[in-house]
Amino acid sequence: MIKRDLVIIGGGSAGMAAAIEAKKNGIDDILILEKDNVLGGILNQCIHNGFGLTEFKEELTGPEYLSRFADVVKEMGIEYKLDSLVLDVTENKVVTYSNANDGIVNIEAKAIVFATGCYERSAGAIQLSGDRCSGIITAGTAQKYLNIHGYLAGKRIVILGSGDIGLIMARRMTLEGAKVLCVSELMPYSNGLNRNIAQCLNDYNIPLYLSRSVLRVEGKSGRVEKVVLAAVDDKMKFIPGTEMEFECDTLLLSVGLIPYVSLLDKLHAEMSSTKGAKVNDQLMTSIPGVFACGNCLHVHDVVDFVTDEGREAGRGAANYIKGLSEKKRHITVKPGNGVGYVIPQYIETDLNNDITFKFRVRKPIKDVFVNFKSGDTLIQKVVKMVLIPSEMVMIKINKSKLENLPVDEIEVSLEERK
Amino acid sequence: MKELTCIVCPRGCRLTIDDELNVTGNSCPRGAQYAKDELTNPKRMITSFMRVKNRENCVVSVKTSTSIPKGKIFDVMEEINKVGVDAPTHIGDIAISNVLGLGADIVITKNIK
Repeated sequence: MIKRDLVIIGGGSAGMAAAIEAKKNGIDDILILEKDNVLGGILNQCIHNGFGLTEFKEELTGPEYLSRFADVVKEMGIEYKLDSLVLDVTENKVVTYSNANDGIVNIEAKAIVFATGCYERSAGAIQLSGDRCSGIITAGTAQKYLNIHGYLAGKRIVILGSGDIGLIMARRMTLEGAKVLCVSELMPYSNGLNRNIAQCLNDYNIPLYLSRSVLRVEGKSGRVEKVVLAAVDDKMKFIPGTEMEFECDTLLLSVGLIPYVSLLDKLHAEMSSTKGAKVNDQLMTSIPGVFACGNCLHVHDVVDFVTDEGREAGRGAANYIKGLSEKKRHITVKPGNGVGYVIPQYIETDLNNDITFKFRVRKPIKDVFVNFKSGDTLIQKVVKMVLIPSEMVMIKINKSKLENLPVDEIEVSLEERK
Repeated sequence: MKELTCIVCPRGCRLTIDDELNVTGNSCPRGAQYAKDELTNPKRMITSFMRVKNRENCVVSVKTSTSIPKGKIFDVMEEINKVGVDAPTHIGDIAISNVLGLGADIVITKNIK
């Protein structure tokens, strides 16, 4: 069987960053397996600008951003295989992939990094009611049709969900001559960035209806003809008499992203409420030598954070291959009041000087303390003015503060400032 | 007094600007400049794509090299859609120079072999 030190599954932002960082940390025998015909993953279709502000101090489009990393991958001589789909991964770290040239190949790896990204929630997943007609499409698929292949998915559009992809597509389709009638959001607040509401909706007078969702889709002809929205109450139940009807040919869904982890699931890796795997401070999953980063670990809002997390996993994998990542403790990190999830879920090594805790709040909140507690001991208290679920929070804590804890547990919680 | 959401970066600061063009709420100088421009001469970057003439079923992404007046967005889109380019394309190639005399070029943002 072919043996490799490090196999990286996915050649998008996270995978490329992981490969580059592992190489910089002394691992030479690396293989990236990418299912698409180019490196870069989802950034290939994100032709809008705004990427790379932290990383490069400039605003790049998605293709420009990815090409900077793809160039480094090539310059460093890191091997990658395109059009190569990973079919299976075993707990002994045997990766099975297939492509048209190599056939079906098994590789035994010392370490594996999952950088497989995420997928979009579909009409079925939100139990969309009404006719099962054509013209119901996820925003990311419409984005691929438009920005990669040059085809508009429709001409009169209703968008359900105000996540960033939905907002970006509202503008893109408007620019290409479609009429976007409205964006409807189930929650009382948008999950998109403020600036995207300003520059994608307000600029083009596209209304955003909050606390409204699709009551039904009508399309007896086989294509969407009408979308009926209705307001929802605080229990997410439709309120009779609030219906709004829109004659349209397309319903775009931007209703959430879910980490793509079917192979990790099959390995019975311990899973988190993020729908990604639980990881330790090296981004290692519960399967020794198997790492996860990027959107397959938790869905990010900014690609620079994905890149950073990829690097973290690349370092983690390099440490593991070099035999440095001995587990010295087992501290569980758990979300407390107001916090949805925290990454990492475990602290097991003492290799990092600082540990960056990443988390999301459950609902928008102002003027709070973020408390890191172990038992009754307060480890760190941080003031935050505004926290919203759509923006990931990152707080760095020095390793000295994480030593000699009273219990093997850290809780991250919010406390309102009186 | 006017309230704006800054679109300069993903942070999306809430800005306020008064009649004398004093800006508050910004985290960086670019935000202050954005608020002033937004009141006097609002501008936007455009990103789109152009047809690749010598490839089947293929488009290449482009952007304006600098922001253009908001009122000219659809005119510039029309110019972008009028022409195509030939592959290979390289990031940074100029597809249309000084589009509509606005002082911005239409620049290729994707390498296509």
